[in-house]
Amino acid sequence: MSPSRGDRWLAGALGLAAALAGGAIVLILAFLVIEAWPALRQVGLSRFLGDSGWLPAAGPDGNFNLVPMLAGTVAVTAGAMLLAVPAGVISAIFCRYYAPLGVSHIYRRLIEVLAGIPSVVYGFWGLVVLVPWITRFRPPGQSLLAGALILALMVLPTVALLAESALRSLPRSYFEGAAALGLGRFTTVRSLALPAAAPGIGAGCVLATARALGETMAVLMVCGNVVQVPTSFFDPIRTLTANIALEMAYATQFHRSALFVSGLALMGLVGLLISAVERLSPKPAYE
Amino acid sequence: MLNPGPSPRKKLTSPLPGPESAGVFSARAGTGPGGWKRLLWRGALALLIGGCLLTTACGKPADADSGPGLSGKLVLTGSSTIAPLAAEMGRRFEEVHPRVRIDVQTGGSSRGIADARSGTADIGMASRALKDGEGDLLAFPIAGDGVALIVHADNPVVSLTDEEVVAIYTGRIETWKGVGGLERPITVVHKADGRATQEVFLDYFDLQPSQVQPDVVIGDNQQGIKTVQGNPDAIAYVSIGTADFERRRGTPIKLLAAGEIAATTENVARGLFPIARPLNLVTRDQPTGLAAAFLDFARSDAVDDLIEAQLFVPIER
Repeated sequence: MSPSRGDRWLAGALGLAAALAGGAIVLILAFLVIEAWPALRQVGLSRFLGDSGWLPAAGPDGNFNLVPMLAGTVAVTAGAMLLAVPAGVISAIFCRYYAPLGVSHIYRRLIEVLAGIPSVVYGFWGLVVLVPWITRFRPPGQSLLAGALILALMVLPTVALLAESALRSLPRSYFEGAAALGLGRFTTVRSLALPAAAPGIGAGCVLATARALGETMAVLMVCGNVVQVPTSFFDPIRTLTANIALEMAYATQFHRSALFVSGLALMGLVGLLISAVERLSPKPAYE
Repeated sequence: MLNPGPSPRKKLTSPLPGPESAGVFSARAGTGPGGWKRLLWRGALALLIGGCLLTTACGKPADADSGPGLSGKLVLTGSSTIAPLAAEMGRRFEEVHPRVRIDVQTGGSSRGIADARSGTADIGMASRALKDGEGDLLAFPIAGDGVALIVHADNPVVSLTDEEVVAIYTGRIETWKGVGGLERPITVVHKADGRATQEVFLDYFDLQPSQVQPDVVIGDNQQGIKTVQGNPDAIAYVSIGTADFERRRGTPIKLLAAGEIAATTENVARGLFPIARPLNLVTRDQPTGLAAAFLDFARSDAVDDLIEAQLFVPIER
């Protein structure tokens, strides 16, 4: 049976849309590489990983070590996810299986509002409330800890909402089966709902991690932006994104090109994350 | 499939009554009050469209008649510190001379210098004095800006010598006790590389970027003020205009004197405050025509309020 005319049109249009989306990524990558090329060629990859510091304004003779910023980005993201994933999943379980209907409804709306707050508002709140509070215990306050807390707050709604929708999409028959076996609520959640919804929850976590990696304004305001490998939670750090945002507006020629290398490094991190997830994620038990 | 037949709804909302839609309309006009509503709507639409046409038609020649004979386009590039101010000045200049377009682009003081020299821009913007190798260019200062060291209002320290500032920023003095304050660690707030304020600060204290040992690195002035406001042990340097403005509206910060000279906008205007910089417009040749008119305008009393609104200091003329 040959496809109808409508089908052919639809296939064409969909193909075009997909090509646009794919093409955009390829173009962005190509642009990054082209802009980063002068710095990569003259300085070389090894110096981006082994120089003694980050002083790019001096031109090719400056220092270009990106490792402290890679470490800072990974540390703050990991810290945020360690806090946000348990909290988000627990909040989804509460909302889905334990909360009374009215409470669960209001709670969901609140989480949705949390998801809609712009990041600069989180950053500002962090700077005027959270940072001074941390300062009282350990100055300067702008620190890995402040960044991880703010990021956790920002990605929590993503984890919670996607986990909740993964739990909600489980077939009713699963729970009827569990009820027929006489399983309690806790056992049902632990041994049935969570394993069955794991792929969806995992996807939510990946999205949240990607958002945390790419977050700029909030971390720029609360992390202190000192270029160093953190040795404690109270050390200030600079992330790759903050590095670009802080310096791009004022960077010329070579410095600018070096900043595009830090953009490439960020793309590399996101790429690593996605390929790791591809490899590690278990295939869903049902399909 | 969609029904290709007549779609009366579309015809009824058509703003211009053609013969066909008029027929549809008149066929239904008598059927009920809805017809009158539609008639009213259509009349309102026609009035609206007619009104728009009329105002645009009459508006154009009126504009062209007013204002003196300046016309054309002026391109300014350079310092992102000056760009917002230059854009405001440009907007006001365009109001006086409607056939002039002022195009302001940022890219840093170095770009302003380079573009003015190459002729890519009619006027370059540089938020610093011209350097030795830039004698081929002409600088027209439009405003001044100073860099003030700020601490929290509760900090007992009121002034620092240049040596003390250098010692604090290079990590040789680590507590406030070392400069006559409390036994508390100093939080050193530094600006990110490439910011003009950082350049002025490092120049004045004769420091290399690599010598500074910061605890916090910030981007803009507001971030520095918020950091000091939330940390009684912090020291930062920011634009005097911004700091003075914040202090006057009650933010708990204190501007430290540079030796004997208080960090005030007045002292910057009089040229007394040492850590200061001019905001310059730069040209390659003696300006003529449109460029000359804009430079005169940018250095006249007519823009003092704009300079103050951007928290810079009008220069004494």
